[in-house]
Amino acid sequence: MKLTKRLFLGLAVGGTLATLPISALAQDWQPTRPIDFTIMAGPGGGADQIARFVQSVVEANDMTNRPLIPTNRGGGSGAEALLHLNDARDPDHTLMVTLNSFYTTPIRQEALGIDIETFTPITMMGVDPFVLWVHKDSGITDFDGFLAKVREMDGEYVMGGTGAGQEDSIVIAYMSGVYDLDIKYIPYDGGGAVAKDLAGQQIMATVNNPAEAKGFYEAGDFVPLLAFSDTRMDAYPDVPTIKELGHDFSYYNQRAIVGAPGMSDEAAAYYRDIFGQVYASDAWQDYLVSESLSPLPMDEAETRAYWATQVANHRQLLSEIDG
Amino acid sequence: MEVFSSLADGILLALMPINLMLILIGVTVGLFIGAMPGLGSVNGVAILLPITFLVPPSSAIIFLAAIYYGAMYGGAISSVTLGIPGASTAVATTFDGRPLALQGRASLALVTAALASFVGGTVATVLFTLFAPLLATMALSFGPPEIFALMLLAFATFVGLGGDDIPKTIFSICFGLVLATVGFDTISGEPRLVLFDIQGFLRGIGFIVLAIGVYGIGEMIWTIEQTRGEVTTTNPKMTAKGMMADSKEATKKGWKGTLIGSFLGFFVGVLPAAGATPGSLMSYGVAKMLSRTPEEYGKGSPDGVAAPEAANNSASTGSMLPMLTLGIPGSPTTAILLGGMVIWGLTPGPRLFLDQSEFVWGLIGSFYISNLAAVLINLAFIPLFVWMLRMPFTILAPLIFVLSIVGGFAASRSMHDLWLIVIFGLGAFFMRKFDYPLAPAVLAIVLGPIAEPTLRQSLLLSSGDPMIFLNRPIAGPITVIAIFLILLPAFKLLRRKKRVAAN
Repeated sequence: MKLTKRLFLGLAVGGTLATLPISALAQDWQPTRPIDFTIMAGPGGGADQIARFVQSVVEANDMTNRPLIPTNRGGGSGAEALLHLNDARDPDHTLMVTLNSFYTTPIRQEALGIDIETFTPITMMGVDPFVLWVHKDSGITDFDGFLAKVREMDGEYVMGGTGAGQEDSIVIAYMSGVYDLDIKYIPYDGGGAVAKDLAGQQIMATVNNPAEAKGFYEAGDFVPLLAFSDTRMDAYPDVPTIKELGHDFSYYNQRAIVGAPGMSDEAAAYYRDIFGQVYASDAWQDYLVSESLSPLPMDEAETRAYWATQVANHRQLLSEIDG
Repeated sequence: MEVFSSLADGILLALMPINLMLILIGVTVGLFIGAMPGLGSVNGVAILLPITFLVPPSSAIIFLAAIYYGAMYGGAISSVTLGIPGASTAVATTFDGRPLALQGRASLALVTAALASFVGGTVATVLFTLFAPLLATMALSFGPPEIFALMLLAFATFVGLGGDDIPKTIFSICFGLVLATVGFDTISGEPRLVLFDIQGFLRGIGFIVLAIGVYGIGEMIWTIEQTRGEVTTTNPKMTAKGMMADSKEATKKGWKGTLIGSFLGFFVGVLPAAGATPGSLMSYGVAKMLSRTPEEYGKGSPDGVAAPEAANNSASTGSMLPMLTLGIPGSPTTAILLGGMVIWGLTPGPRLFLDQSEFVWGLIGSFYISNLAAVLINLAFIPLFVWMLRMPFTILAPLIFVLSIVGGFAASRSMHDLWLIVIFGLGAFFMRKFDYPLAPAVLAIVLGPIAEPTLRQSLLLSSGDPMIFLNRPIAGPITVIAIFLILLPAFKLLRRKKRVAAN
C-alpha cells in the first residue's frame, strides 16, 4: 500500500510544480511546460554552480510561470548536452548553461555533427578568467621564478588540469609554446580535484578559475603568478597578465545560457528578457564580483559574431595542441 | 575546551525551533527519497536546493544535511524489502538484507540497519568534531597513488575471500571494469567503447542503471524462475515486543560490522573522490574478511547489513569534511551542497572554520540532532515497511518492475538507460544461473572509474615506474597489504595441496 501512496505523492508534487501560478509578465509568448535547463557539466563544477544560482534567482523572484528543471548532462565533455539540445523535440523549452566545451567538443568530436552556430544565443552571463597558481611552500613568488623552476626541472615539472583539449590545457599549451617549457601534464576529472591536489602538493602548479582556487588563496596556501585575462583582475591587482609580458593572448571560460537550435524568435525573446533581469539583479552582480567573473554583455548579433571568432580561435588552438 | 563550548553553541543553534523543524522535515523527506529505488540523496538535495533560499544559510545547510542523512537511512529500506538498492550507497545492504527479508526477518534487517546507521553517524560526527583540521590535512596527503592503492585494497577484500569461486570472482570484476571504461576517458579526452555507435554510451554506464538492472529486474526474474510463480512472500509479524527482541539481536550480532563500518566508512568518506558508496562496499568486504563466520555473509548475516549501513552514514558525514575545510566535494551530494554554499555567499575552504564558525558549528551540532531524529523516525516507520512485504509476490513483482523503470528513468531521463536496465537485468539473471558472483562486478563498476584514472595519473607522475605505489609512505603499506590479500587464496590453495600430498 505504501508504495502506491508514495507514487501518488510523487505525482501530486509533479502536478503542483506544473501548475505554479502564472506570473504577471506581459509577454506574447509564455512557456507552457517546465523548462529543460541542461547543464553542460557534472554537479559541483563552475557551470553547475552558476545554473543553480540562476535558477534560484528566477525562483526567488517568481520570474517564470513554469519552473526551470536543471539536469546535469556532463557526459563526454559536454557531448551529451550538445546532442540533447541538437535533438531537442521541443526547442522552445530547452535551454543550456555552457562552458567552453561548447566550442571545443564539436571540434574535437566531429562525428557528433554539431554546429553550434545553429544554437540560439540567449544571454551571456559573464566570462571566467584563468590564473596560474602554485603552492606557497614551493617558494615561487613570481612568474620568472616559475619559469626558472620549470626549466631547472627539465621535463619533471608537474601540472594538473582537466584534460587534453579542456580549457586549462589550452592555456598551458599556449604558455608552454611561447616560453618553450617542458611540462608534465596530469589530467583530472574536474577543476575542484585539480585544486585539491595542488593544495596537497601532489602537483606543482595549476591553471584554475579563481572560483576554484579562491578558498586556498584566501587561506594563504596558493600564490597566483600570472593572469590570462585582458587586464589585471580586481581581486589580484599585483598579478601581471600574460599580455603585459608581450604575448597577445587571453582566455576565458564562457558562462552563457543558450537555447536549442530552432527555438522560435518569440521564445528566445522571452528568455532573453528573463535572463536579462537575472543578469541585472543585485544577486548576480554580487556573484560576478565574489567569484571574479568578468561581465561581457552582448546582444544576439554580437553573440553570434563572438561564437564565430571563438570557434575559429579554438580550431586554431586545438590544432596547435593536437599537432 | 574551546571545541566543546563551540559544539554546545552549535547544538543550541540546531535546536532552535525553525532548525529543529527543518531537521524533522528534512530527515523524513530524505528517508522516503532514499527509499525510492533510483532516487538518492543527490536527487533529494538537488530538488530541494532552491527552497533553501528562503531561510538563513545555517538553517539551509542544516535542512539539506538532514535530507542527506535521512536518505542514507532510507536507502536501506528498499534494499531490504525489495532487494533493489534505494541509493547507490545502499547496494552492499542488499547482499545480506535481502536474504534476511526472504527468511521473514525483514524487521531484524531494518532494525539493524537503523541502529548501525545511528552508531555510524554518531561515531563519524564525534571524529569530525574532534579532529576536523587534522583529517583535512590527511585527506590532502592522498594523491593519485594513494587513492589507487586504496582501490586495490578494496578489490583485494573481495578477491581474497576464501570460499567463493576465485576465477569466477575475477571474471566478474573484470567484466565490471570493462563496463566502467565505457564513455569518455578523462585522461585522453577520447570516447571509448561506444558500442554500436549508440550515443547514449558516450555518457558512460551509470552505476544506478546497473544496480537497478541487476538487483531490481535481475532479482525479480530470478525469483520468478526459482519459484515458478508460486511464491507468496513470507508473513512477517511486527510487534513492539518483536522489535525490542530484534534490537537486542541486532546489537548482539551486528556490533562488529557496525564498528568496522563506522571507522572505515568515515575514513574513506573523508577522502575526496571516494564517497559513501565505495566506503560501504569496502566495509562490507573488510567485515566479511575479519568475521569468524564469513560463510554466513550473503545468506543473511546481521553484520553484513550493519557494516555497509554504518559505513554509508559515517562516510556521508566524513565527506562533509573535505567539502567544508577544503572546498572539495567528497561525493556527488556534497558537490551540490558546495554549490549551495556558494549561492548562500559562503566560501568553503580552509578559512570557513575561522570566518564562519557559527555556521560550521551549527551544522556539526545538527549532525547530532539529525542522527537522533533519523533513527527515531526510521524505527517508527519500520512496521509500515515490513507490512508491505506481506503483499503476495504476484503483486510485488509488477510493483518492483514499475519502480525500477521509474527510478531508472528519473535519474537521467533517458530511454537509453531504460534499455540498459532491462539488458543488465537479463544479464544478471544468466550470470547467477551460471553461478557467477554479481557483487564483484558491481564493486568494479563503482571503483573502476576511481581506480583507472588514478592508476594512469600515478604512472604519468612517475613516468611509467610502478614503484610509485611502493615507495611512497602512505601508498606503500596499503599496496603491500592489498597484494598480500590478493595472493592469500593462492597460498591457501598451495598449502592445502601440500597437505593432501603429504597425506
